[in-house]
Amino acid sequence: MAKPKEIVLDPLFNNNPIALQVLGICSALAVTTKLETSIVMSLAVTVVMMGSNVTVSLIRKFIPASIRIIVQLTIIASLVIVTDQVLKAYVYDISKQLSVFVGLIITNCIVMGRAEAFAMQNTGRDSMLDGIGNGLGYSVVLLVVGFFRELFGSGKLLGFSVMPEAYQPNGLMVLAPGAFFLIGIFIWVLRWRKPDQITAD
Amino acid sequence: MEELLSLFVKAVFVENMALAFFLGMCSFLAVSKKVDTAMGLGFAVVFVLTITTPLNNLIYMYFLKEGALAWVHPSLAPLDLSFLNFLTFIATIAATVQVVEMTLDRFLPGLYAALGVFLPLIAVNCAILGASLFMVERDYDLVQSSVFGFGSGVGFMLAIVALAAIREKMRYSNVPAELRGLGITFIVTGLMSIAFMAFAGIQL
Repeated sequence: MAKPKEIVLDPLFNNNPIALQVLGICSALAVTTKLETSIVMSLAVTVVMMGSNVTVSLIRKFIPASIRIIVQLTIIASLVIVTDQVLKAYVYDISKQLSVFVGLIITNCIVMGRAEAFAMQNTGRDSMLDGIGNGLGYSVVLLVVGFFRELFGSGKLLGFSVMPEAYQPNGLMVLAPGAFFLIGIFIWVLRWRKPDQITAD
Repeated sequence: MEELLSLFVKAVFVENMALAFFLGMCSFLAVSKKVDTAMGLGFAVVFVLTITTPLNNLIYMYFLKEGALAWVHPSLAPLDLSFLNFLTFIATIAATVQVVEMTLDRFLPGLYAALGVFLPLIAVNCAILGASLFMVERDYDLVQSSVFGFGSGVGFMLAIVALAAIREKMRYSNVPAELRGLGITFIVTGLMSIAFMAFAGIQL
Protein backbone atom coordinates (compact mmCIF):
# COMPACT_ATOMS: atom_id res chain seq x y z
CA MET A 1 0.00 0.00 0.00
CA ALA A 2 1.25 3.48 -0.85
CA LYS A 3 2.47 5.67 1.98
CA PRO A 4 0.11 8.40 3.23
CA LYS A 5 2.56 11.11 2.20
CA GLU A 6 2.70 9.80 -1.35
CA ILE A 7 -1.09 9.63 -1.62
CA VAL A 8 -1.33 13.31 -0.72
CA LEU A 9 1.65 14.64 -2.67
CA ASP A 10 1.48 12.52 -5.81
CA PRO A 11 -1.49 14.29 -7.42
CA LEU A 12 0.21 17.69 -7.04
CA PHE A 13 2.63 17.41 -9.96
CA ASN A 14 3.31 13.75 -10.75
CA ASN A 15 -0.28 12.80 -11.42
CA ASN A 16 -2.12 16.09 -11.59
CA PRO A 17 -5.87 15.62 -12.07
CA ILE A 18 -6.19 18.48 -14.56
CA ALA A 19 -2.91 18.39 -16.46
CA LEU A 20 -2.46 14.63 -16.74
CA GLN A 21 -5.72 12.89 -15.99
CA VAL A 22 -7.73 15.50 -18.00
CA LEU A 23 -10.45 15.55 -15.37
CA GLY A 24 -12.47 18.38 -13.94
CA ILE A 25 -11.58 21.15 -16.32
CA CYS A 26 -15.26 21.80 -16.85
CA SER A 27 -16.02 24.14 -14.03
CA ALA A 28 -12.44 25.04 -13.20
CA LEU A 29 -11.71 27.74 -15.72
CA ALA A 30 -14.73 29.94 -15.48
CA VAL A 31 -14.09 30.94 -11.86
CA THR A 32 -10.43 31.88 -12.25
CA THR A 33 -10.82 35.46 -13.40
CA LYS A 34 -9.88 36.50 -9.86
CA LEU A 35 -7.62 34.95 -7.25
CA GLU A 36 -10.28 35.27 -4.56
CA THR A 37 -12.91 33.18 -6.35
CA SER A 38 -10.24 30.64 -7.30
CA ILE A 39 -9.35 30.17 -3.62
CA VAL A 40 -12.97 29.72 -2.57
CA MET A 41 -13.63 27.31 -5.43
CA SER A 42 -10.49 25.27 -4.61
CA LEU A 43 -11.58 24.98 -0.98
CA ALA A 44 -15.11 23.96 -1.97
CA VAL A 45 -13.90 21.26 -4.37
CA THR A 46 -11.33 19.91 -1.90
CA VAL A 47 -13.89 19.68 0.89
CA VAL A 48 -16.47 18.00 -1.34
CA MET A 49 -13.92 15.55 -2.70
CA MET A 50 -12.66 14.66 0.77
CA GLY A 51 -16.19 14.15 2.05
CA SER A 52 -17.36 12.10 -0.90
CA ASN A 53 -14.25 9.91 -0.89
CA VAL A 54 -14.61 9.13 2.81
CA THR A 55 -18.36 8.46 2.56
CA VAL A 56 -18.09 6.26 -0.52
CA SER A 57 -15.17 4.38 0.98
CA LEU A 58 -16.95 3.72 4.28
CA ILE A 59 -20.05 2.27 2.65
CA ARG A 60 -18.29 0.68 -0.33
CA LYS A 61 -19.00 -2.87 0.87
CA PHE A 62 -22.75 -2.18 0.98
CA ILE A 63 -23.13 -0.53 -2.44
CA PRO A 64 -24.46 -2.94 -5.08
CA ALA A 65 -22.25 -2.68 -8.15
CA SER A 66 -25.13 -2.06 -10.56
CA ILE A 67 -26.33 1.16 -8.90
CA ARG A 68 -23.01 2.51 -7.63
CA ILE A 69 -22.97 5.50 -9.99
CA ILE A 70 -26.34 6.73 -8.72
CA VAL A 71 -25.24 6.24 -5.11
CA GLN A 72 -22.01 8.19 -5.70
CA LEU A 73 -23.88 10.94 -7.53
CA THR A 74 -26.37 11.29 -4.67
CA ILE A 75 -23.62 11.50 -2.05
CA ILE A 76 -21.74 14.11 -4.08
CA ALA A 77 -24.87 16.14 -4.81
CA SER A 78 -25.82 16.22 -1.13
CA LEU A 79 -22.33 17.41 -0.16
CA VAL A 80 -22.43 20.09 -2.85
CA ILE A 81 -25.80 21.34 -1.58
CA VAL A 82 -24.33 21.67 1.92
CA THR A 83 -21.27 23.49 0.55
CA ASP A 84 -23.45 25.82 -1.50
CA GLN A 85 -25.61 26.69 1.52
CA VAL A 86 -22.52 27.35 3.67
CA LEU A 87 -21.04 29.63 0.97
CA LYS A 88 -24.33 31.50 0.65
CA ALA A 89 -24.48 31.98 4.41
CA TYR A 90 -20.93 33.20 5.04
CA VAL A 91 -19.48 34.62 1.80
CA TYR A 92 -22.59 35.70 -0.08
CA ASP A 93 -20.80 38.00 -2.55
CA ILE A 94 -18.36 35.36 -3.69
CA SER A 95 -21.10 32.76 -3.92
CA LYS A 96 -22.95 35.15 -6.27
CA GLN A 97 -19.86 35.47 -8.45
CA LEU A 98 -19.37 31.72 -8.57
CA SER A 99 -23.03 31.48 -9.72
CA VAL A 100 -23.79 28.13 -11.30
CA PHE A 101 -20.29 26.79 -10.94
CA VAL A 102 -20.69 25.63 -7.34
CA GLY A 103 -23.55 23.42 -8.50
CA LEU A 104 -21.39 22.15 -11.31
CA ILE A 105 -19.00 20.55 -8.81
CA ILE A 106 -21.52 17.67 -8.94
CA THR A 107 -20.63 16.90 -12.51
CA ASN A 108 -16.97 17.66 -11.98
CA CYS A 109 -15.32 14.55 -13.29
CA ILE A 110 -12.55 14.59 -10.66
CA VAL A 111 -14.88 14.06 -7.73
CA MET A 112 -16.74 11.24 -9.40
CA GLY A 113 -13.56 9.82 -10.95
CA ARG A 114 -11.76 9.55 -7.62
CA ALA A 115 -14.80 8.07 -5.89
CA GLU A 116 -15.02 5.42 -8.59
CA ALA A 117 -11.31 4.78 -9.11
CA PHE A 118 -9.92 5.10 -5.59
CA ALA A 119 -12.54 5.19 -2.83
CA MET A 120 -14.33 2.05 -4.04
CA GLN A 121 -11.18 -0.02 -3.37
CA ASN A 122 -9.45 1.62 -0.45
CA THR A 123 -9.91 2.25 3.26
CA GLY A 124 -11.52 5.38 4.66
CA ARG A 125 -8.25 6.93 5.79
CA ASP A 126 -6.45 6.46 2.48
CA SER A 127 -9.50 7.72 0.60
CA MET A 128 -9.58 10.87 2.71
CA LEU A 129 -5.89 11.50 1.95
CA ASP A 130 -6.51 10.84 -1.73
CA GLY A 131 -9.38 13.31 -1.69
CA ILE A 132 -7.18 15.96 -0.08
CA GLY A 133 -4.30 15.25 -2.48
CA ASN A 134 -6.40 15.50 -5.61
CA GLY A 135 -8.15 18.55 -4.22
CA LEU A 136 -4.73 20.17 -3.78
CA GLY A 137 -3.64 19.14 -7.26
CA TYR A 138 -6.75 20.78 -8.66
CA SER A 139 -6.18 23.83 -6.47
CA VAL A 140 -2.61 24.28 -7.73
CA VAL A 141 -3.80 24.71 -11.31
CA LEU A 142 -6.72 26.89 -10.29
CA LEU A 143 -4.56 29.16 -8.14
CA VAL A 144 -1.81 29.51 -10.76
CA VAL A 145 -4.35 30.37 -13.44
CA GLY A 146 -6.28 32.70 -11.10
CA PHE A 147 -3.05 34.42 -10.00
CA PHE A 148 -1.89 35.23 -13.54
CA ARG A 149 -5.33 36.14 -14.84
CA GLU A 150 -5.94 38.66 -12.09
CA LEU A 151 -2.37 39.98 -12.15
CA PHE A 152 -2.23 40.58 -15.90
CA GLY A 153 -5.93 41.02 -16.53
CA SER A 154 -6.61 43.76 -14.02
CA GLY A 155 -3.22 44.50 -12.46
CA LYS A 156 -4.44 43.43 -9.03
CA LEU A 157 -4.06 40.61 -6.55
CA LEU A 158 -6.93 39.81 -4.19
CA GLY A 159 -8.36 43.22 -5.04
CA PHE A 160 -5.20 45.23 -4.23
CA SER A 161 -3.34 46.98 -7.02
CA VAL A 162 0.16 45.55 -7.29
CA MET A 163 1.23 46.56 -10.78
CA PRO A 164 2.83 50.00 -11.33
CA GLU A 165 0.56 52.87 -12.41
CA ALA A 166 1.76 52.74 -16.00
CA TYR A 167 0.65 49.12 -16.44
CA GLN A 168 -2.05 48.72 -19.06
CA PRO A 169 -4.34 45.79 -18.05
CA ASN A 170 -4.52 43.04 -20.64
CA GLY A 171 -8.22 42.50 -21.20
CA LEU A 172 -7.71 39.19 -23.00
CA MET A 173 -6.66 37.56 -19.75
CA VAL A 174 -10.00 37.98 -18.02
CA LEU A 175 -11.87 36.69 -21.05
CA ALA A 176 -12.29 33.00 -21.85
CA PRO A 177 -9.33 32.60 -24.27
CA GLY A 178 -6.86 33.78 -21.63
CA ALA A 179 -7.75 30.82 -19.43
CA PHE A 180 -7.27 28.35 -22.28
CA PHE A 181 -3.86 29.77 -23.13
CA LEU A 182 -2.71 29.75 -19.51
CA ILE A 183 -3.71 26.12 -18.96
CA GLY A 184 -1.97 25.20 -22.21
CA ILE A 185 1.19 26.95 -21.03
CA PHE A 186 0.91 25.36 -17.56
CA ILE A 187 0.82 21.90 -19.14
CA TRP A 188 3.70 22.85 -21.39
CA VAL A 189 5.90 23.91 -18.47
CA LEU A 190 4.90 20.87 -16.42
CA ARG A 191 5.80 18.45 -19.23
CA TRP A 192 9.02 20.27 -19.96
CA ARG A 193 10.04 19.72 -16.31
CA LYS A 194 8.75 16.15 -16.28
CA PRO A 195 9.34 14.70 -19.75
CA ASP A 196 7.83 11.30 -18.80
CA GLN A 197 4.37 12.87 -19.02
CA ILE A 198 4.72 13.66 -22.72
CA THR A 199 2.04 11.91 -24.78
CA ALA A 200 2.56 10.63 -28.30
CA ASP A 201 -0.44 12.16 -30.04
CA MET B 1 -40.47 35.56 -31.96
CA GLU B 2 -37.54 37.86 -32.70
CA GLU B 3 -36.59 37.67 -29.08
CA LEU B 4 -36.43 33.88 -29.26
CA LEU B 5 -34.34 34.00 -32.40
CA SER B 6 -31.89 36.31 -30.73
CA LEU B 7 -31.79 34.00 -27.69
CA PHE B 8 -31.00 31.09 -30.00
CA VAL B 9 -28.20 32.90 -31.82
CA LYS B 10 -26.79 34.04 -28.50
CA ALA B 11 -26.81 30.50 -27.12
CA VAL B 12 -25.11 29.09 -30.22
CA PHE B 13 -22.41 31.68 -30.83
CA VAL B 14 -21.93 34.39 -28.25
CA GLU B 15 -22.49 32.35 -25.10
CA ASN B 16 -21.18 29.11 -26.49
CA MET B 17 -21.26 26.48 -23.74
CA ALA B 18 -17.81 25.12 -24.40
CA LEU B 19 -15.89 28.17 -25.57
CA ALA B 20 -17.32 30.94 -23.41
CA PHE B 21 -18.37 29.09 -20.25
CA PHE B 22 -15.96 26.13 -20.31
CA LEU B 23 -18.84 23.71 -19.82
CA GLY B 24 -18.57 20.13 -21.02
CA MET B 25 -14.80 20.54 -21.30
CA CYS B 26 -13.94 16.99 -20.26
CA SER B 27 -15.77 15.36 -23.12
CA PHE B 28 -14.93 18.32 -25.35
CA LEU B 29 -11.24 17.49 -25.07
CA ALA B 30 -11.51 13.72 -24.78
CA VAL B 31 -13.88 13.02 -27.67
CA SER B 32 -12.54 15.52 -30.21
CA LYS B 33 -9.89 13.36 -31.84
CA LYS B 34 -12.03 12.35 -34.82
CA VAL B 35 -14.80 14.20 -36.61
CA ASP B 36 -17.12 11.16 -36.71
CA THR B 37 -17.14 10.55 -32.99
CA ALA B 38 -17.32 14.27 -32.28
CA MET B 39 -20.41 14.44 -34.46
CA GLY B 40 -21.97 11.53 -32.55
CA LEU B 41 -21.38 13.16 -29.20
CA GLY B 42 -22.62 16.48 -30.58
CA PHE B 43 -25.93 14.96 -31.68
CA ALA B 44 -26.39 13.22 -28.35
CA VAL B 45 -25.79 16.49 -26.49
CA VAL B 46 -28.28 18.42 -28.66
CA PHE B 47 -30.83 15.67 -28.14
CA VAL B 48 -30.51 15.45 -24.36
CA LEU B 49 -30.23 19.21 -23.81
CA THR B 50 -33.41 19.87 -25.79
CA ILE B 51 -35.31 17.42 -23.59
CA THR B 52 -33.86 18.06 -20.15
CA THR B 53 -33.77 21.86 -20.04
CA PRO B 54 -37.56 22.36 -20.52
CA LEU B 55 -38.26 19.33 -18.30
CA ASN B 56 -36.21 20.77 -15.47
CA ASN B 57 -37.91 24.09 -16.09
CA LEU B 58 -41.32 22.49 -15.48
CA ILE B 59 -40.10 20.73 -12.33
CA TYR B 60 -38.60 23.95 -11.04
CA MET B 61 -41.71 26.03 -11.78
CA TYR B 62 -44.21 23.59 -10.28
CA PHE B 63 -42.33 21.94 -7.43
CA LEU B 64 -39.16 23.65 -6.28
CA LYS B 65 -39.52 27.41 -6.66
CA GLU B 66 -40.61 29.44 -3.65
CA GLY B 67 -44.42 29.25 -3.48
CA ALA B 68 -44.53 26.80 -6.37
CA LEU B 69 -46.35 24.12 -4.41
CA ALA B 70 -49.40 26.36 -3.86
CA TRP B 71 -51.28 24.47 -6.58
CA VAL B 72 -51.19 21.31 -4.45
CA HIS B 73 -52.59 22.93 -1.32
CA PRO B 74 -52.61 26.60 -0.26
CA SER B 75 -50.90 25.72 3.04
CA LEU B 76 -47.82 24.62 1.10
CA ALA B 77 -47.35 28.07 -0.45
CA PRO B 78 -44.56 29.33 1.86
CA LEU B 79 -42.35 26.31 1.09
CA ASP B 80 -39.12 27.07 -0.75
CA LEU B 81 -37.45 23.89 -1.96
CA SER B 82 -34.99 25.55 -4.31
CA PHE B 83 -32.06 24.22 -2.27
CA LEU B 84 -32.97 20.82 -3.72
CA ASN B 85 -32.27 22.14 -7.25
CA PHE B 86 -28.95 20.34 -7.74
CA LEU B 87 -30.12 16.96 -6.55
CA THR B 88 -33.39 17.07 -8.49
CA PHE B 89 -31.82 18.29 -11.72
CA ILE B 90 -29.06 15.72 -11.77
CA ALA B 91 -31.57 12.96 -11.00
CA THR B 92 -33.85 14.17 -13.81
CA ILE B 93 -30.94 14.25 -16.23
CA ALA B 94 -29.74 10.77 -15.28
CA ALA B 95 -33.27 9.40 -15.57
CA THR B 96 -33.92 11.15 -18.90
CA VAL B 97 -30.71 9.81 -20.37
CA GLN B 98 -31.72 6.31 -19.29
CA VAL B 99 -35.22 6.65 -20.80
CA VAL B 100 -33.87 8.16 -24.03
CA GLU B 101 -31.38 5.33 -24.29
CA MET B 102 -34.05 2.63 -23.88
CA THR B 103 -36.47 4.36 -26.28
CA LEU B 104 -33.83 4.72 -28.97
CA ASP B 105 -32.73 1.14 -28.53
CA ARG B 106 -36.33 -0.03 -29.04
CA PHE B 107 -37.48 2.28 -31.86
CA LEU B 108 -34.42 3.71 -33.61
CA PRO B 109 -31.68 1.09 -33.31
CA GLY B 110 -29.66 2.78 -36.05
CA LEU B 111 -29.36 6.05 -34.15
CA TYR B 112 -28.78 4.13 -30.92
CA ALA B 113 -25.84 2.31 -32.43
CA ALA B 114 -24.46 5.56 -33.82
CA LEU B 115 -24.60 7.39 -30.49
CA GLY B 116 -23.19 4.32 -28.75
CA VAL B 117 -21.31 4.97 -25.54
CA PHE B 118 -21.89 8.71 -25.66
CA LEU B 119 -25.43 8.66 -24.31
CA PRO B 120 -24.65 7.29 -20.83
CA LEU B 121 -21.57 9.55 -20.62
CA ILE B 122 -23.75 12.57 -21.13
CA ALA B 123 -25.39 12.24 -17.72
CA VAL B 124 -22.22 13.66 -16.19
CA ASN B 125 -21.51 16.22 -18.91
CA CYS B 126 -21.37 19.61 -17.19
CA ALA B 127 -22.99 21.32 -20.16
CA ILE B 128 -26.28 19.54 -19.49
CA LEU B 129 -26.50 20.42 -15.81
CA GLY B 130 -25.06 23.85 -16.57
CA ALA B 131 -27.90 24.65 -18.98
CA SER B 132 -30.48 23.79 -16.32
CA LEU B 133 -28.72 25.92 -13.72
CA PHE B 134 -28.43 28.86 -16.12
CA MET B 135 -32.12 28.44 -16.84
CA VAL B 136 -32.91 28.96 -13.15
CA GLU B 137 -30.47 31.82 -12.74
CA ARG B 138 -31.82 33.73 -15.74
CA ASP B 139 -35.50 33.05 -15.05
CA TYR B 140 -36.37 31.54 -18.43
CA ASP B 141 -39.94 30.37 -19.03
CA LEU B 142 -40.84 27.09 -20.74
CA VAL B 143 -40.52 28.31 -24.35
CA GLN B 144 -37.34 30.24 -23.67
CA SER B 145 -35.73 27.29 -21.94
CA SER B 146 -36.57 24.97 -24.85
CA VAL B 147 -34.92 27.40 -27.27
CA PHE B 148 -31.98 27.92 -24.92
CA GLY B 149 -31.48 24.16 -24.45
CA PHE B 150 -31.55 23.49 -28.18
CA GLY B 151 -29.30 26.45 -28.96
CA SER B 152 -26.71 25.48 -26.38
CA GLY B 153 -26.65 21.96 -27.77
CA VAL B 154 -26.11 23.18 -31.32
CA GLY B 155 -23.36 25.51 -30.12
CA PHE B 156 -21.58 22.67 -28.34
CA MET B 157 -21.83 20.44 -31.41
CA LEU B 158 -20.49 23.18 -33.66
CA ALA B 159 -17.51 23.75 -31.37
CA ILE B 160 -16.59 20.11 -30.88
CA VAL B 161 -16.87 19.22 -34.58
CA ALA B 162 -14.72 22.21 -35.51
CA LEU B 163 -12.10 21.30 -32.92
CA ALA B 164 -12.06 17.67 -34.11
CA ALA B 165 -11.51 18.81 -37.68
CA ILE B 166 -8.60 21.02 -36.62
CA ARG B 167 -7.07 18.19 -34.58
CA GLU B 168 -7.30 15.81 -37.53
CA LYS B 169 -5.38 18.28 -39.69
CA MET B 170 -2.92 18.98 -36.90
CA ARG B 171 -1.56 15.46 -37.10
CA TYR B 172 0.51 16.69 -40.05
CA SER B 173 2.10 19.57 -38.18
CA ASN B 174 5.27 19.55 -36.17
CA VAL B 175 4.18 20.44 -32.64
CA PRO B 176 6.84 20.73 -29.90
CA ALA B 177 6.98 17.43 -28.00
CA GLU B 178 5.97 18.89 -24.63
CA LEU B 179 2.96 20.60 -26.12
CA ARG B 180 1.59 17.59 -27.99
CA GLY B 181 -1.82 16.25 -27.04
CA LEU B 182 -3.50 18.21 -24.31
CA GLY B 183 -1.36 21.36 -24.39
CA ILE B 184 -1.82 22.27 -28.02
CA THR B 185 -5.51 21.38 -27.81
CA PHE B 186 -5.95 24.00 -25.12
CA ILE B 187 -4.18 26.62 -27.20
CA VAL B 188 -6.28 25.78 -30.27
CA THR B 189 -9.42 25.99 -28.15
CA GLY B 190 -8.30 29.40 -26.94
CA LEU B 191 -7.90 30.60 -30.52
CA MET B 192 -11.34 29.22 -31.41
CA SER B 193 -12.75 31.01 -28.41
CA ILE B 194 -11.31 34.29 -29.71
CA ALA B 195 -12.92 33.58 -33.08
CA PHE B 196 -16.30 33.00 -31.45
CA MET B 197 -15.99 36.27 -29.54
CA ALA B 198 -16.24 38.04 -32.86
CA PHE B 199 -19.95 37.19 -32.80
CA ALA B 200 -20.44 39.25 -29.66
CA GLY B 201 -21.68 42.26 -31.56
CA ILE B 202 -24.52 40.45 -33.32
CA GLN B 203 -27.84 42.23 -32.87
CA LEU B 204 -31.04 40.83 -34.31
